[in-house]
Amino acid sequence: MINGIGVSTGIAIGKAFILQKQANALTGVLLADDSLIDIEVEKFDTAVNKALIEVNILIDSYDEANGNEGLEILEAHIELLSDPQIKEDVTEKISAEKKNVNDAVIEVIAAAVAMFAGMDDEYMQARAADVHDIGRRILSNLNASGKSSAQTYSPDTIIIAEDLSPSDTISLDIKNVAGFATQMGGKTSHAAIVAKSRGIPAIVGCGVSLNKIKNGDLLILDGQTGDILINPDKETIFGYRLKRESWLVETALLKSQKDKPTVTTDGTTIQLFANIANANEMEQAHDFGAEGSGLLRTELLFMNRDSLPTEDQQFEFYKAVALKAKGKPVVIRTLDIGGDKQLPYFNIPAEQNPFLGYRAIRICLDRPELFSSQLRAILRASAFGKLKIMFPMIANVQEIRAAKVILNQAIDELSNTGISFDRAIETGIMIEIPSAAVTADLLAKEVDFFSIGTNDLCQYTLAVDRMNEKISHLYDPYNPGVLRLIDNVIKQAHKNNIEVGMCGELASDPNATLLLMGMGLTEFSMSATSIPHIKNIIINNHMNLAHQIYRQVMAMDNSTLIAAYLKEITT
Amino acid sequence: MISKNYIITAADGIHARPATALVKLTKRFKATISMKKGERTVKINSLLNILSLAAKGGDTITIIVDGEDEVGALVAIDIFFHDELKHL
Repeated sequence: MINGIGVSTGIAIGKAFILQKQANALTGVLLADDSLIDIEVEKFDTAVNKALIEVNILIDSYDEANGNEGLEILEAHIELLSDPQIKEDVTEKISAEKKNVNDAVIEVIAAAVAMFAGMDDEYMQARAADVHDIGRRILSNLNASGKSSAQTYSPDTIIIAEDLSPSDTISLDIKNVAGFATQMGGKTSHAAIVAKSRGIPAIVGCGVSLNKIKNGDLLILDGQTGDILINPDKETIFGYRLKRESWLVETALLKSQKDKPTVTTDGTTIQLFANIANANEMEQAHDFGAEGSGLLRTELLFMNRDSLPTEDQQFEFYKAVALKAKGKPVVIRTLDIGGDKQLPYFNIPAEQNPFLGYRAIRICLDRPELFSSQLRAILRASAFGKLKIMFPMIANVQEIRAAKVILNQAIDELSNTGISFDRAIETGIMIEIPSAAVTADLLAKEVDFFSIGTNDLCQYTLAVDRMNEKISHLYDPYNPGVLRLIDNVIKQAHKNNIEVGMCGELASDPNATLLLMGMGLTEFSMSATSIPHIKNIIINNHMNLAHQIYRQVMAMDNSTLIAAYLKEITT
Repeated sequence: MISKNYIITAADGIHARPATALVKLTKRFKATISMKKGERTVKINSLLNILSLAAKGGDTITIIVDGEDEVGALVAIDIFFHDELKHL
């Protein structure tokens, strides 16, 4: 098995076709006399014009059903082909260094490619492929020999190549190409972007291991994991065929509702957010239709390292998320360590009951310097997007007030430095301790929003350790006690005109969606991949049904029956 | 000649799409429009030049406009950085 970077999800099963490319070589021949300079420059202009015509033909024949990305790449190529800097550099090489036009173009393009490849930014590195691409196009028009007519393939072909230029990818015969894999390339290469927008599975950056594949080999490409299987056995193929079927169903679902708002059949708007851990996940969440993030976990920033991250490191992290959110809201949960999440450099003595122990806001209030640097970093990042702050593990009003004292100090400190930030940043709390759920009426007066964390709320309410397998059957979010707590939190939030959302597992449980809507919940946050499924339920149902389910469930006293009822009504 | 600083508010910085839009914008004016980041200044009638600056989200850049229609050009540049860039 070969493994590369999966850049476009999906499963492809088909026959390998190895794509070879010719190289352009320097001739080393210098111009015999100056009278040839103008002729060489004219050859360049002619080749560029022909190349422009070719790209314009690609643009005219571009099928918009494939998304805008390919078109934008081609438009960038038009600009690069007519780029005055490239023309100036090529002319300079011809007139000052007496190079022939072929060598001048090769050298100018090579220098530009090297410049991009040397940048410390992955996106810019990938732009080297564009410059290389237009260079090849000019050269093939100069030499008139390398005219490559569009290749046609037999059905279910998987292309294997050292690299695919952006225009190679755009002009790929999509009807028959099931997927592709390349040796080179990264996540932001155009080949990757185009593959994603055209919905063909693709794997890049496989390295030389790709040489193992021979023409005609039967391949399976898994664009999610980046795995390539060569001549697999029948059972494996069967398993992947099933996977491919469900992938096709999912993408069809996503496509059908891509631009539809999340509105019930009676016109009630519901908002779906993604639970994320970093900027990259924020970016991916947009593709699933997320309207922002209802939970940014900050633990990842603190875990997998030897010491506390500095305020500046945290700021860069939050800023990156804010920018990737593109103006949509992001709820940042302050540090939630302790319990099952320990930091190696942060010695919390072993505890009898870590989930009932020194964790989350309790640590933050005990170590204000740590809390304060996180809050300052979030505030500074709030200049770059719509950020909100959320405190976890709140048990009473006093903890909110204590947290806000530290937050207000941070706000004052920043105001004095003249750094710009969102002064009116909203603050909220996780509702995950039963006392908080019961006293939601009191807590609502202190904050701008609630977010119900059903995982901890359920384990604390039922006194069930969710890590203990022996009692896992007792962990039950449909328990009437848990449902009554959730119901109370939503009611009290509405009564006090504050926002309320849910970011626990229950928010992504398709059987619970209508029940929660019946309770009055309008904001759900979940893993991005769950969004299309939940959205599908919302847009195909009426609030009348949600209210009816709610009344029915609240009158029931047995969670097994509740679960069975919800399952039946949703299917 | 007039110059003005901008903070890049787009997450991805000035990548190919906004850079292409900038090149197109400069073609509407006679004035020479340059962009400065750090020590480097380049004319932005060239996509290659703009991309070579690798301006990222959060970076500060300076735009220098010089020519008879420089005021109009700067207005267009203003709209570009304050509004259009977000949607590109």
